[in-house]
Amino acid sequence: MSRQVGQSRWHAVLVNAGLLALAVVSLAPLLWMVSVSFMPAGEASRFPPPLLPSGSTLANYQALFARTGMGRNFANSLLVAGAITLGSLLVNTLAGYAFAKLRFRGRDRVFQLLLAALVVPAQVAMLPLFLMMKQLGLVNTFGGVIVPALAGVFGIFLVRQYARSIPDELLEAARIDGAGEWRIFFRIVLPMLKPVLVTLAIFTFMAAWNDFMWPLIVLTDQENYTLPVALASLSREHIMDVEMMMAGAVVTVIPVLLLFLLLQRYYIQGLLLGSVKG
Amino acid sequence: MTRSLAGWMFAGPALLVIGLFFGLPVLSALALSLTDFDLYALADAGNLRFVALDNYLELLRTPMFWKSLWNTTYFVLVGVPLSIAVSLGAALLLNAPAARFKALFRTALFAPVVTTLVAVAVIWRYLFHTSYGLVNWALGHLGVPAVDWLGDPRWAMPTIMLFAVWKNFGYNMVIFLAGLQAIPQDLYEAARIDGASRRQQFLHITLPQLGPVLLVVGVITVSGYFQLFAEPYVMTRGDPLQSTVSVLYFMFEEGFKWWNLGRASAVAFLLFLIILAVTTAMLRVGRRRGLV
Repeated sequence: MSRQVGQSRWHAVLVNAGLLALAVVSLAPLLWMVSVSFMPAGEASRFPPPLLPSGSTLANYQALFARTGMGRNFANSLLVAGAITLGSLLVNTLAGYAFAKLRFRGRDRVFQLLLAALVVPAQVAMLPLFLMMKQLGLVNTFGGVIVPALAGVFGIFLVRQYARSIPDELLEAARIDGAGEWRIFFRIVLPMLKPVLVTLAIFTFMAAWNDFMWPLIVLTDQENYTLPVALASLSREHIMDVEMMMAGAVVTVIPVLLLFLLLQRYYIQGLLLGSVKG
Repeated sequence: MTRSLAGWMFAGPALLVIGLFFGLPVLSALALSLTDFDLYALADAGNLRFVALDNYLELLRTPMFWKSLWNTTYFVLVGVPLSIAVSLGAALLLNAPAARFKALFRTALFAPVVTTLVAVAVIWRYLFHTSYGLVNWALGHLGVPAVDWLGDPRWAMPTIMLFAVWKNFGYNMVIFLAGLQAIPQDLYEAARIDGASRRQQFLHITLPQLGPVLLVVGVITVSGYFQLFAEPYVMTRGDPLQSTVSVLYFMFEEGFKWWNLGRASAVAFLLFLIILAVTTAMLRVGRRRGLV
């Protein structure tokens, strides 16, 4: 009996040590980034590499905003991700509700087609999309990033899954009372969808904020770059300025990381709703 | 307003955006891949010629295409099993009754998933720097000589694999965790009464019960890993000796550096077909084993 107790204690120690090791590996690069961003210029390139700044300084952040125009890129990212989030939230919610609760001809076939489209990698569309954007005069504009992202199959799917739980009797009762479809949507449906709207908003904002390949293609001037594109280009020019680049990484990562920490319950729910239960 | 009309009106904006900015471009990509669209055609559409399957046939004779395909396959073959193993291991640890501070650990392990890929790739480039990177410094204490992680053709792709696993494992971990929690506890109780060890319980209860989840996660991860692009773009630019040029990196250079949009479209379609073939085969094998 005591051998068994000893074994299970060992087991508990191993489990928690394993988790601790994984947590250290997961967080160390991020903590190192924050630490280096406060180091005086040149300190991170010494040997042995210091873990903590000798004296903390904001000089890297000042240099970043003064010399590289990263403030402008930050504003671009905020604008682009914000517009995509607001716009696609409305568009996807309308469609998701329609596919769940409104009967219209061809509904199920169209939805099947949307799901089938999920197997096509987004990059297949990018080359012709660039030519289209050129025709529309949207190359090197925020519109070129925002417009194609205004609807997405994942978002429609997420809302549809959730909206299916709205009782039909509720909608029928409103119709008998003479309420129009728009009124029903904004007065009855939208309030009931609030949790999934929060989930979808976080997902969309983070995906838009972190997106790299399409903004890299469609935005051609440094002053129009979003943060990831600007950081990729700066890190090539300023490869030796470790401290300043880490300040740039902090500015890029911290907003989405904070958003996740504040709203992670919704985020994880959406992740599961979108993958396993689908 | 009739209900059918309302349905189309509500779904309309989304269908318009997806049809116009995804459906149409995908079909155009197929057409584009059958033409010699290049810089001259970009200036004047009169220079455009229909070349049937020439782009595809020429690609099959291009060593760089094969190299990029091999690099990507290498990344998928090692990266996907490694990433799934780490995700499953982490989920098992988090699900163990003995685990403390579960919510805290889950958040910590998930954090890399939500970070911006470009930013963390820049961090890794410094951490894995040959002379003043922390990784070589730590390994030096263990007596390991300095490795030129991103500068040595043998090590550059493995380093990118490690980075991808670090960045992504939290995502599948959360899915596995939900799958583990859905396994009925009485299965384990019955096995314990029969005297089954932890290893036996894992092999004969956990793995079979997790089968369908494993298959779905496998398919999604394989298709995602085939789309490798930003990691080599930021960390190595495809170097050293083109050992990290992925298929999409090759497509990006063909298309947006050399403006061979016809050829680049053919690359995109070949990649799509490869992903489709591999994931279909996975699903078929899974179905035969009764997983789906």
